[in-house]
Amino acid sequence: MSRFAIETVGLNHHFGSQVVVKDLSLKVPKGSIYGFLGPNGAGKTTTIKILLNLLQSPADTVFIFGKELTNNRIACLKEMGALVEQPAIYAHLTGKENLINRCILLGINKNKATEMLALVGLTEAANKKAGKYSLGMKQRLGIALALIADPELLLLDEPTNGLDPNGIIEIRNLMIELTSKHGKTILVSSHLLAEIERTATHVGIINKGALLFQGTINELHDLSKPSIKIEVDDHAAATNILSGAGAEIINEKEGTIHIGYTGKADMGNYNSLLVKNGVTVYTIGTEKKDLEHLFLDITSRN
Amino acid sequence: MRSFFISLQSEFYKSRKTLAFWSSILLPLIICFAIALGFIFKYENLVKHPPQILWFYFLSPIVGIMGSLLLPVLVIYNTYAVTNMEYKGDTWKSLFSLPLPKLSIYSSKFLYVIFLTFLTMLLFAVLIIVSGHAIELFRPQLKFGDFNPSEIIFRSFTKMFLSSIGIISLQFLMNLMWNDFLKPFGLGFLLTIVGSICANVGWKYAIYLPHAFPSLTVMNIMSSKKGIEFGVFDQAIANSLICGVVVFILGYFILLKRNIK
Ligand SMILES: Nc1ncnc2c1ncn2[C@@H]1O[C@H](COP(=O)(O)OP(=O)(O)OP(=O)(O)O)[C@@H](O)[C@H]1O
Ligand SMILES: [Mg+2]
Repeated sequence: MSRFAIETVGLNHHFGSQVVVKDLSLKVPKGSIYGFLGPNGAGKTTTIKILLNLLQSPADTVFIFGKELTNNRIACLKEMGALVEQPAIYAHLTGKENLINRCILLGINKNKATEMLALVGLTEAANKKAGKYSLGMKQRLGIALALIADPELLLLDEPTNGLDPNGIIEIRNLMIELTSKHGKTILVSSHLLAEIERTATHVGIINKGALLFQGTINELHDLSKPSIKIEVDDHAAATNILSGAGAEIINEKEGTIHIGYTGKADMGNYNSLLVKNGVTVYTIGTEKKDLEHLFLDITSRN
Repeated sequence: MRSFFISLQSEFYKSRKTLAFWSSILLPLIICFAIALGFIFKYENLVKHPPQILWFYFLSPIVGIMGSLLLPVLVIYNTYAVTNMEYKGDTWKSLFSLPLPKLSIYSSKFLYVIFLTFLTMLLFAVLIIVSGHAIELFRPQLKFGDFNPSEIIFRSFTKMFLSSIGIISLQFLMNLMWNDFLKPFGLGFLLTIVGSICANVGWKYAIYLPHAFPSLTVMNIMSSKKGIEFGVFDQAIANSLICGVVVFILGYFILLKRNIK
């Protein structure tokens, strides 16, 4: 058995001539909350649709709990519950009827519908036409529909879209409970790093169809460790001197060098070392990126 | 097989409050009621006719309008309504992400449209017979009870029902391919009119136009000897069934290859 709930291998997808997913290799470990981040049009929804076999993918590119998707479509779908883009709801049925219809299709007990309505806080609106629901209520119903089969793997495409602050906190807590207490796996997409930073254990950042970062949330935090920015007249000489002194060079551009921050004392030492060796130091100081900037940085790089 | 019945059950559940479902029931009800009222109020002119002719007078306007327009429009609307329900709520994606074979979902929808048409036809047949006897309660002068038309009526409506299978399959395919009202409706209407004209002018290739099958069928019924000596199966019915099967299979393979957006 694979240790990944989702694994894709060099996945590609295109609409007409537009490449929407490029060589994507997702690895979503079991039991994780995987934050799937990217700006508008990055390909998040497209990827989720591929994972559900709604969009065709070649054989041996997508694996759900180690099972190949295209040859085990039904077995894979049994493990998954999904909310894709705006919730899929029959407007002429009430919220409860929408859930009962799903119970019929999944062959589960209809009492589950009432239970789910309570879970997402729609008990009072149970007998109202779903078409007359507010945006957030529709979203809640969509989440209930995704959860009703009690799937091992949840794919949630921007689940907090349109939810009030209370709703956002409820969803957040629900996700944590589902993974920590019930061992479920959740892939949740979002535009906002800050939004999933509190819940996600793993993060994948996608832009223009390509995966730019994938790892644990701590690995992402490491990327945003502070650095020292030094502006000098001769950056080649300065780079030599600094690396000779054991500094970690992060990057060097015309006139500016970034090195790893290791403490105030080291920073003073680097400064005097450069000056002693005849390099003019214009400025020296620390720089710290918050994650939001880091995200913007990663997604705007190409 | 179980997943097919589950899907079919869900189709019933979803559509029981929709216009498509109720129109299938109300249409025969209203038409039969209206004609029955006509008989009750205008009975003086009808008293002189024997029961066989009375039944014929009741039946023929329904069958006539059915073949030329009503039946095609009914199935065009029903196929549209049953598929549009999924487009409207953007629910195709959730249907096809359930652990059910695509064939179950596809065939249950197809069969549901056929069921709706069957229901309308069955109700017509039953309600015509009920209406005739009900008229006699109000106007004993009209001796509907002296002739038993059940066999002819059921034979007519069975034939008309079968003649609509071809159109259903084509409309179903169009509605699957296009999330649109105008295209399947417009094209369906156009083909119905063309088909009806071709059938009525006796064009020999009309037998290959699915939208002409109801017209051909009604012409076949009306022109048969005394309006009763016709068989359920003829070339148009056979073609309708063949068309239904072929397009159904074709549609399934198109669906398999398609992305669900
Ligand atoms: N059905 C389609 N036909 C053609 N192009 C499409 C289709 N669906 C999506 N695209 C294109 O694919 C790209 C990725 O779209 P996608 O919906 O996956 O982005 P996303 O990451 O979900 O964005 P958002 O955050 O706005 O939801 C976009 O450029 C979009 O225009
Ligand atoms: Mg999206």
